[in-house]
Amino acid sequence: MTSTRDVPPSTRSPDRSDGGVEQGADRPFTPGLPVARLSWRWWLAGWGCLIAAVLLGVMIGPAGLAPSTILRALIDGLPGVSLDTGLTERQAAVLWQIRMPRVVLGALVGGALSLSGAAYQGTFRNPLADPYLLGVAAGAGLGATVAIAYFGGSTTLLLPLAAFGGALVGVAATYTLGRSIGGRSGATIILSGVAVASFLTAIQTFVQQRNDDTLRDVYAWILGRLGTAGWGEVLLILPHLIVAGIVILLHRRLLDVLAVGEAEADTLGVNAGRVRLTVVLAATLATAAAVAVSGLIGFVGIIVPHTIRLLAGASYRVILPLSVLLGGAFLVLADVLARTLLSPAELPIGVVTAFFGAPFFFVVLRTTRRSL
Amino acid sequence: MPPLTSRPAARLFVLLTTLAVFAAACGSTDDVDATGAAPPTATTVPTTVADTQASNEPTNTEPSAPDSAVPSVNEASEPAAGESATNDTEGSPAATEESSYPVTIAADNGEVTIDQQPQRIVSLSPTATEMLFAIGAGDQVVAVDEYSNYPAEAPTTDLSGFQPNVEAILAEEPGLVVAASDPGDLVTGLDAAGVPVLIYDAATDLDDSYAQIEQLGAATGHLGDAAEVVGQMQTDIDALVSELPTLKRPLTYYHELDPSLFSVTGDTFIGEVYSLLGLESVADAAEDAGGYPQLNAEFVAESDPDFVFLADTLCCEVDAEEFASRPGFEGLAAVQRDAVVGLDDDVASRWGPRIVEFIEVVADAVTENMPEGASTQ
Repeated sequence: MTSTRDVPPSTRSPDRSDGGVEQGADRPFTPGLPVARLSWRWWLAGWGCLIAAVLLGVMIGPAGLAPSTILRALIDGLPGVSLDTGLTERQAAVLWQIRMPRVVLGALVGGALSLSGAAYQGTFRNPLADPYLLGVAAGAGLGATVAIAYFGGSTTLLLPLAAFGGALVGVAATYTLGRSIGGRSGATIILSGVAVASFLTAIQTFVQQRNDDTLRDVYAWILGRLGTAGWGEVLLILPHLIVAGIVILLHRRLLDVLAVGEAEADTLGVNAGRVRLTVVLAATLATAAAVAVSGLIGFVGIIVPHTIRLLAGASYRVILPLSVLLGGAFLVLADVLARTLLSPAELPIGVVTAFFGAPFFFVVLRTTRRSL
Repeated sequence: MPPLTSRPAARLFVLLTTLAVFAAACGSTDDVDATGAAPPTATTVPTTVADTQASNEPTNTEPSAPDSAVPSVNEASEPAAGESATNDTEGSPAATEESSYPVTIAADNGEVTIDQQPQRIVSLSPTATEMLFAIGAGDQVVAVDEYSNYPAEAPTTDLSGFQPNVEAILAEEPGLVVAASDPGDLVTGLDAAGVPVLIYDAATDLDDSYAQIEQLGAATGHLGDAAEVVGQMQTDIDALVSELPTLKRPLTYYHELDPSLFSVTGDTFIGEVYSLLGLESVADAAEDAGGYPQLNAEFVAESDPDFVFLADTLCCEVDAEEFASRPGFEGLAAVQRDAVVGLDDDVASRWGPRIVEFIEVVADAVTENMPEGASTQ
């Protein structure tokens, strides 16, 4: 990131002011695409944050295990290393079957939500786009509510599967309706997403009202939670996230092209419609997988990509990979708060992400003073 | 549909007509065939309950010892309500003669005057339904809410206690409505129609529960029966408690409300009942989060309770096997000792006469599965 602070404004040439990297996505600019590689410093920072967050997440919890013991247990867990950890059998179960999967799940879900948030913002060129934009949340909510209300689903893998299916149905409906209306811009898709979401939410609320006895379960799911189902959920979503992540990351350059404008992208030989469809499908897959296991965790998909955009640059070659790392770190930290603030009771993680995320986002906005 | 899309006005008309037809169809399936019907019971005198909202004294002013026949019937009212009630009218068919009306009841929604013995009672609270049937007022009950599933002869309807529809309730022409909460306009709406309403929140302890039963007895003309039910409950519970082995230390338990680990502390009705049996909730550590905190899984594992009680066997198909299969729970002492007990969700979440059954299940589990060295035996 080239600093411009110490250069007197008069000597700044308008074209070079931000070194290309920080060009706003919606600012039209012509002189070719910026050379925007993710610098090694940001790579390092991203990985550093994620690893620090994961370590913190593993160390802290209501079951008061000593950090040194946990460190020893972690090293012991490395292949080929054997240490006397001093953990009792129960402590080992707490660490490896309850806490570890939860931290890993947090990192995966956070990364997935941030990545798909960034991808949606890129394809729709709309800074307010979030992973739940196209009816994903409403569809997943309906699926989860039906599973909980009619099939006692919250103890089995039925709940994530139903939520996942619901999310895909929601997006499919949005896309079909949006296309049937026609129009080349993403606006029709977004609007039909709004309609589909309202419709599905109405059904979800109806089902919920008819089954008030499951209210608490549905409520806990809707406010977001990082599962207690152990490694099963991690394994359930991992394949989807890997596929979706690879597809989105492979499109990072094309998203930069798309950011210039659709007509411009066309002249550059990029099929904007196809790029958008592919990226949206992949982002939906990632979101659906995340929502399936964690419920609706708001705000992550908006604040993490935007914070990165403001700090590290507006190129999707920077935003996308960093979103995975920092989104994961953010959610792991949020979950640490969710399980310690009222310990040993739980706070819904969606409350934490919004409560701490929103002011943080505002501070970033103010200190960077750049328009989105 | 090209012809329609070209004429917005026609489309709007079609839309509105469809909506209207839809609304009409839905409306007719509802029970409100008597929307404009005359006020249900012409005999009730609305003015006597005019000051209902004014005095809203909480009833947990320590209900007087439950062995006195009429603890909480308001003293300011006709004393006759209580005096004629004695314990020796047990099972008397003439129970209806016990109360003389009007009677004023101090329910959770303030003082409510009932002018004559209600012959058509609507209960929107599953617990109140169980109480009414237990005290012999079942014949007077004409409709109960969708969740009132006990006893079997209760006239279950699709009335909702969570979102009560005043018109649908009035269609039953009730002389008395009993509910567990007023989410909005239930009391005001029924007041306007001159129908007395008794709101009974979840009891906070057994005495509170006894008081509710006795007040329902006074309200429905079954004072003696109510006193008898309460007396029987007390006798049974005392017997169950006295048969328990003497404990050397308090036993701990985890009571599960649903699979996302919502639990209860000792500050709840059910928690009070557990403490009667010498059991302490592991959730007491989470008191900051209220009486029904959502616990952290690793905390539950770490606190390793002596007993696990599952009150989500019906709603969520949880059982001991499922509990043991959760990550990190297999090694719990309660799982190893087979001390994971499935409960009837309904019995464990209501504060009616069947609480005795709940206590029996818990007491049996404790006696049969006493942890090594926890009791003097």
